[in-house]
Amino acid sequence: MSDGKSLQGFSQGLCKGLGRPGPLLSVEGVTKRYGARIGCAEVSFDLWPGEVMGIVGESGSGKTTLLRCLSGHLSPDEGRVLYDIDGQPTDTLTLTEAERRRLMRTDWAFVHQNPRDGLRMGVSAGGNVGERLMGTGARHYGRIRAAALDWLDRVEIAADRIDDRPSAFSGGMQQRLQIARNLVTGPRLVFMDEPTGGLDVSVQARLLDLLRGLVREMGLSAVIVTHDLAVVRLLADRLMVMQGGHVVEQGLTDQVLDDPQHAYTQLLVSSVLQA
Amino acid sequence: MSDYNFAYLDEPTKRMIRRAILKGLAIPGYQVPFASREMPMPYGWGTGGVQVTAATLTPSDTLKVIDQGADDTTNAVSIRRFFQRVAGVATTERTAEATVIQTRHRVPETPLSADQILVYQVPIPEPLRFLEPSEVETRKMHALEEYGLMHVKLYEDIARHGEIATSYAYPVQVAGRYVMDPSPIPKFDNPKLESPAIQLFGAGREQRIYALPPYTRAASLDFEDHPFDPSRADHPCALCGATDSYLDEVIVDDEGGRMFVCSDTDYCAGRRAAGHRGTEVAA
Ligand SMILES: Nc1ncnc2c1ncn2[C@@H]1O[C@H](COP(=O)(O)OP(=O)(O)OP(=O)(O)O)[C@@H](O)[C@H]1O
Ligand SMILES: [Mg+2]
Repeated sequence: MSDGKSLQGFSQGLCKGLGRPGPLLSVEGVTKRYGARIGCAEVSFDLWPGEVMGIVGESGSGKTTLLRCLSGHLSPDEGRVLYDIDGQPTDTLTLTEAERRRLMRTDWAFVHQNPRDGLRMGVSAGGNVGERLMGTGARHYGRIRAAALDWLDRVEIAADRIDDRPSAFSGGMQQRLQIARNLVTGPRLVFMDEPTGGLDVSVQARLLDLLRGLVREMGLSAVIVTHDLAVVRLLADRLMVMQGGHVVEQGLTDQVLDDPQHAYTQLLVSSVLQA
Repeated sequence: MSDYNFAYLDEPTKRMIRRAILKGLAIPGYQVPFASREMPMPYGWGTGGVQVTAATLTPSDTLKVIDQGADDTTNAVSIRRFFQRVAGVATTERTAEATVIQTRHRVPETPLSADQILVYQVPIPEPLRFLEPSEVETRKMHALEEYGLMHVKLYEDIARHGEIATSYAYPVQVAGRYVMDPSPIPKFDNPKLESPAIQLFGAGREQRIYALPPYTRAASLDFEDHPFDPSRADHPCALCGATDSYLDEVIVDDEGGRMFVCSDTDYCAGRRAAGHRGTEVAA
């Protein structure tokens, strides 16, 4: 953990020295309580452009709560979330609702575990992909449709399914459609909550490959919540391990998984190896 | 007549409705909530329009009531009788003679003037309802001017039918701000929404009033490559020969014979009185 931190400090110093922009997202002491119960507590980290942060932990450890605080869906009781807007670290809580919602449909993306929560089930695949474009002013049908076709292709959905509703798609296709719908505006930051949960193992593998390709190709920054260590091994540059709302260990993914320091992380890693 | 307050509603209620109307005129296209009253007719029979008309009428007004363009349907006749009885106002079937016109489904063909008020009966005032069932969310979308969803609906139309198939209740953006459902008028009538007359919209069950002040821009939503088209059936009226009016297709005999006639009965009668003839009458 200390190694990870010093490395982070090093890259930070390097970027400052070169006059480069700072972190994309700075999370400072974020705490969220549900009455007396802790959702997540005192979480801090920086996410740099192009970096993927994985969050793992057992059920109820506060992963979703944290993700929702970061993505503006929940307001934390304490702490701040600073997002880089035109080079200015901006407290997302001080944005007006209009600004925040605009950010959510342009610069940010949120991929839900259940595609039904992230898709319009009564609208065709093309309409689902086109919505964010139309929501940001696109008014040329032919170009919207071309962009939808391009994105369906990129997530490996056949062009002749463009006018079908998601309800006619398999779970894996729905999830890929949700990803296309989110990425069509070229966001910088993607939040994902268990993007491969609820899918067959073979379908998961294909989705992971796809996600990895898109993240690299588009230079996306991402925060991915999962309790599948294979997902973070494949996608995440860095890893945070949560237990009881607290981050108990964080660092470079390989480092944390190969040389876990905290007892809970050791248990997590060994239980996966046994499985 | 003396058994009722003028125009049926009591004065405080009319004042409340007038306040909603004035607010609606001040914020064109914005849906103003109002405390809709029980009227002596069922919802779906124009209770919203009737309340707006009641709050608008003065004893010297001349009222016209149309339903689908016609003055003689059950709905139009009963609303006209209602106001004759409770307000004692003069009534007419002539668009040009009316000062207040209550309508369901049509804008009269005869151009309206600055001294006229057109009152629409509205069943579903919320244009975003089709894709977003949550009232909380649609209000937020109006407040933040997030209207992308309206174009998703038009996109779906083109994807499915090759063109924008929405032909009634075609959404407009009012004065560059609020998106509004112009009640179930045919899209043919949309260009008439930019008018010298005051246009008021009343939805009884949904308790909303909204308005278009005179000469307010009402742009029908569309795509650059699928521009708005207020299309019209490609026939002249069989009775008066008009080529510029909205037509109804009517079945004329048991053998499936059909003809197209003006839906605006007053407009058609006026043209015939002026000597215009269609194919049906000439034959
Ligand atoms: N809306 C809520 N009201 C009250 N308590 C909540 C609420 N949402 C979450 N919690 C509690 O907060 C804690 C963290 O929950 P959270 O959903 O963030 O966990 P998680 O790590 O995402 O779990 P899972 O892996 O099961 O999705 C849990 O104790 C949970 O019971
Ligand atoms: Mg969760």
